[in-house]
Parts: sequence; structure tokens; C-alpha cells
Amino acid sequence: MQKEAAIREPLILGHKTYHDVTEDVCRPIEDKAPKMWYILFGIALVIGLYGVGSIMYLLGTGIGVWGLNKTIGWAWDITNFVWWVGIGHAGTLISAVLLLFRQKWRMAINRSAEAMTIFAVFMAGTFPLIHMGRLWVGYWVMPIPNQFGSLWVNFNSPLLWDVFAISTYLSVSLVFWYIGLIPDFATIRDRAKKPLAKKMYSILSFGWSGRAKHWNRFELVSLVLAGLATPLVFSVHSIVSFDFATSVIPGWHTTIFPPYFVAGAVFSGFAMVQTLLLIMRKAMGLEAYIHTKHVEYMNIVIMVTGSIVGTAYITELFISWYSGVEYESYAFINRATGPYWWAYWSMMTCNVVSPQLMWFRPLRRSLLFTFFISIVVNIGMWFERYVIIVTSIHRDYIPAAWSMHFPSHIDIAVYIGTIGLFFVFFLLFARFFPVLALNEVKTILKGSGQSYKESPDYHKHH
Amino acid sequence: MSDKVLYVMYDDDEVLKNSAKQLVAKGVKINEVFSPFPIHGIDPIIGVKNTRLGIMAFLYGLTGLTLATVGMRYFMIVDWPMNIGGKPNFSYLENMLAFVPISFEFTVMCAAHGMAITYLLRNKTLPGMPAQNPDPRTTDDKFVMEIRLSENHNVTEAELDGMLQEIGYLELDKKEIK
Repeated sequence: MQKEAAIREPLILGHKTYHDVTEDVCRPIEDKAPKMWYILFGIALVIGLYGVGSIMYLLGTGIGVWGLNKTIGWAWDITNFVWWVGIGHAGTLISAVLLLFRQKWRMAINRSAEAMTIFAVFMAGTFPLIHMGRLWVGYWVMPIPNQFGSLWVNFNSPLLWDVFAISTYLSVSLVFWYIGLIPDFATIRDRAKKPLAKKMYSILSFGWSGRAKHWNRFELVSLVLAGLATPLVFSVHSIVSFDFATSVIPGWHTTIFPPYFVAGAVFSGFAMVQTLLLIMRKAMGLEAYIHTKHVEYMNIVIMVTGSIVGTAYITELFISWYSGVEYESYAFINRATGPYWWAYWSMMTCNVVSPQLMWFRPLRRSLLFTFFISIVVNIGMWFERYVIIVTSIHRDYIPAAWSMHFPSHIDIAVYIGTIGLFFVFFLLFARFFPVLALNEVKTILKGSGQSYKESPDYHKHH
Repeated sequence: MSDKVLYVMYDDDEVLKNSAKQLVAKGVKINEVFSPFPIHGIDPIIGVKNTRLGIMAFLYGLTGLTLATVGMRYFMIVDWPMNIGGKPNFSYLENMLAFVPISFEFTVMCAAHGMAITYLLRNKTLPGMPAQNPDPRTTDDKFVMEIRLSENHNVTEAELDGMLQEIGYLELDKKEIK
């Protein structure tokens, strides 16, 4: 059993036993879903289906239904793609990087953050797939022997690197998540009373036993997967940034992009985790496991990554002037003062100013304030991508080609639709899956649980 | 050959570990421990060796790296060398930088999936397998030691019972296995 300093706030509040942990996590799954769940699920489903319908229309008609024009060939599609991939960065960061750093507070949030990651990457993947216009030939992005002569995909292209990065990231995150879920499914299986539930969780739990040898393997596999996933997290968003950085568009081809995108991704990912968890902990009665301290830790991550993002914005601005390249400086001056000034300043306010408020302890420990800021950050991060993408291309070298981007109804519907689908998936997850990593939380109960920390002999033994 | 198995149950990981230590000191072989979460430090006591899955992951990773290198060399250099901006495309090494991201991604993909599949196969945990734990409570808050009489010839059942009485336990369950 590992001890920690008494002055550290306990991670599990109240006087919980191992059995209580099981009860608290399994109860929402075993009980009937509350009415609120059905209402939210219904709303999310309707919005999601509207998105699916719009995608069908898009596929049937062609991507001309988007508000793109010959100057602005990339707008909402890639903005939404990068936004969702960014959100999908927190989960694996929490479970992998924080595992390597032995941060125990991750255990309360890693499961749902990883679920969020996976669903967000699903949503992200939708955009590159549908922007091909012909979804049914999407497999052409893979190097598959074919009958068009020996025609291969271009391995020099960052767009192909992205295909590999996103598919690796999605599948490895999925495996990482599922391997952690297996023992928890076994817990639900062994408690299930209804035959159908028993059968389902029995299939999902793969016959997990809990043998000492299996736990030994489990811990090593988790560690190695964390080790593999950590550079993966950084590589994925670096490669997403290469989509822009390796181009020759002023405003895009900057070497600061990879670290700046990664920080931005973590920033927005944690914001989305906050948005979801603050509701989930309340709705599912998990206040003892995900409490103010966890929220504070996440807010510190938001503050640090937000500061990195802010520094990157200002560095970019400075370098664009310092470079002496007039096209480069124009791209940035135009961002701040051109027709998209409102998007630029929304981005600056949401991403640079708002995280700095987290320096104040009462603010970063306030759940309501955190919830508000988490939404502000998500909006800001959407604008960041919009600003980078649209403002850099809407003013071409030839003034005759200058243009503006106006989203079409389908642009908006597909985007809102992915938010709906994301919530459909997340609500299903919250209903049927253990939202807390049961087995991991039990391992820290004695080291970081309140009742153990307060007991008089906590610091006597060992 | 019929065999008798003792399932000794505890409700605390530390208590089980202490009991296991005492039993092992008396020459009893503990075949298995079932627990709801990993008990740190139990492996050396009951003689569970460290897993070699990490080595496997490394080998799978090397396989992935090799496949990616061979594949990209064939696609981009041998089969259809593309002339991009007049840059040389006759050797893999000169074009290496462009191939780093995919080499890395494919290495990670093979290492992670290879290891995960090996892990599931070695554990014999696959979709639809029946539950392997002796008591459903071992995935909740109970901890069980499994002692097989056939692998403990130096002690009789009565002696073992005596030891267990002395050390203490929560529940004791005996099963005949044919």
C-alpha cells in the first residue's frame, strides 16, 4: 500500500469501502435510467439524425452544398475536423501521460475522458471522409494494390500521414480503453441479476478472472500502452498541424504549428472533459470520486496549456512582422483587423484571457465558473481553427480572388449533427458502461481515501 | 485423478498478503490468487513470474517498423518513383524525412495491437468466454487464495486446515475436482 502526505487532499471523499466503490459505480447502470437521461438522449438523437440526414444529402448532391468557393476551398469541414481531433486529445493524455507520471487523480476521470476521446475522434474522422464527396471510395487512401497501373498513395503527403496518425490513434485508444474496461465489465457481470444483462456483460468481459498473473500482465500492458500512446498523442496533433504547416500559404507555413497545435488540443480536450464531467458527476452521484480537487487539477492543466497557446499566438504575430515578408505580415494583420476581426478577437478573448483567470484559487475551485470557462474555451478553440484556416486563404495574392466564407445550411447542420451524435454515444456510454475505472479506484482507496487518511494509524505503519 | 481445491477468502488485500506470506513460509504452495484489483507485492510471494509481454511489444514494434520501411521503399522508390519538384527519388535514405511520421505510426500500431492481442490470448480472455473466477464476489470486494491439495504433498488436508485456523480467514470453501 502506498502512502502519501497527509496534507494532500484525499482523492476519494467520505468513508468508502471497496464494496461501496462497486455499488456507487454500478448503481446507475443497474437502476432504471432517470427521465432526464431519456430527454437528453432524445434531443441528442434528433440533432444527430439531422446531421446524418445532411450528410446523406451531401453525399447525394456533392460537396458543392457546402459554402466553399474557389478561394476558400477549406473551411468548416477541416475546422470541425481539427476541433474534434483536438477534443479527442484529453482522454489519452489523461490515461497515458498521467499514468506515466503516476498521477492518481487521473483514475477518477480517465475512463470517461477516454470514452470522450474515442467518440470525438469518430466525429473528427467523419469530416475527411465526407469531404472526399465519394465516401464509398474512401478506402483509396490506403496503399492497396489496384488496377490503375501501379498507382500508390503519396507517402510524402501530410494528408496521408494524417490517415495513418488518426487511424492509429483511434484504434490504439480504443484498445487501451477496452483493456481497462474488461475487469470492470467482469464486476458488473458478477453482480448482474437479469439474464440478458448477465449475458451481455459476460460477452463484454471476455471471461475475466482476476488471477494474480492476469493482473500482472494487465499492469504491464497498461504501462506499455501508456508508453506507446504518449508519443502518439503528441504525434497525432503534430501531424494534423503539418496539413497546414507544410503548405506554402502565408499564415499556415509556420514551424511553431506542431507544439502550438498540441497545446491547443490538450487545452480544448480538458475543457470538454470539464464540461462533461461536471454534469456527469452530479447526474450519476459521483461527487465523492470526482470532486473540487480533480476539477482544480484539470483547471491547472487548462491554465498551463492556455498560456502556451497564448504565447504561441503572440509569437506568431511577432514573427510575421519580424520575418519581413510582407505577405506573411499581411496575413496576420488581416486576421486582427480584416473582415474576420470578430473571429480573431473572440479567439483571443476565449483562449488567451479566460484561462488566465484560473490563477485565482477561488475561481479554479468554483465548479460553476469552471463549467462556464470550459464552454468558453471550446468556443474559442473552434474559432482558433476557423481563424487559422479561413482568414489565411480568404485573401489571395490576386485581389480579384478575394472572397468571404459564408457557411451554408448543410455546413452548420453537419457540424451541429456531429455534436448530437457525440452526445448520443456519450450518453449510451454513461448508461451502460462503468464510467469510473473501478479496479483502479480501488487501488488508491487506502492510499488516498478520506477515511483512511483520517484514521489515527495511517502514518504509524509501514 | 480427483483433486481437492481450497478457496480461502479474505476481505482485505493486506490481510490476504500476510496470510499468504505465512502459509508460504510453512511450505504451502498457493496456486492462485483472485482479486478485484491488482494486489501489489503478491507476485513474488506466490511465485508469479513477471510477464514478458513487454518484450513481445518491442518485437511487434520492430516488425511494424520493418514492414513500414519495406512497404514505403517499394511504393515510393522502386515501383513508382515520383518526381516532386525535381528532388531526387532514387534512394530511400534521401527521402527518409518524409517517411518518419508513417514509420512511427505504423510501429506504434503494430506494437500496441500485437501486444493487446497476445495479452488476450495468453489470458484466455476472449469474447464469450465463461467467467473464470471461483466466486462472483472476487470482482467486487473479496480476495480468494486457491490451494490445490495435489500440489501440496508435504501437508495433509487436516494440517492445512489447522494452519488456516491459526492464520485466520473469512470463508473457506472446498471443492472436489475430477
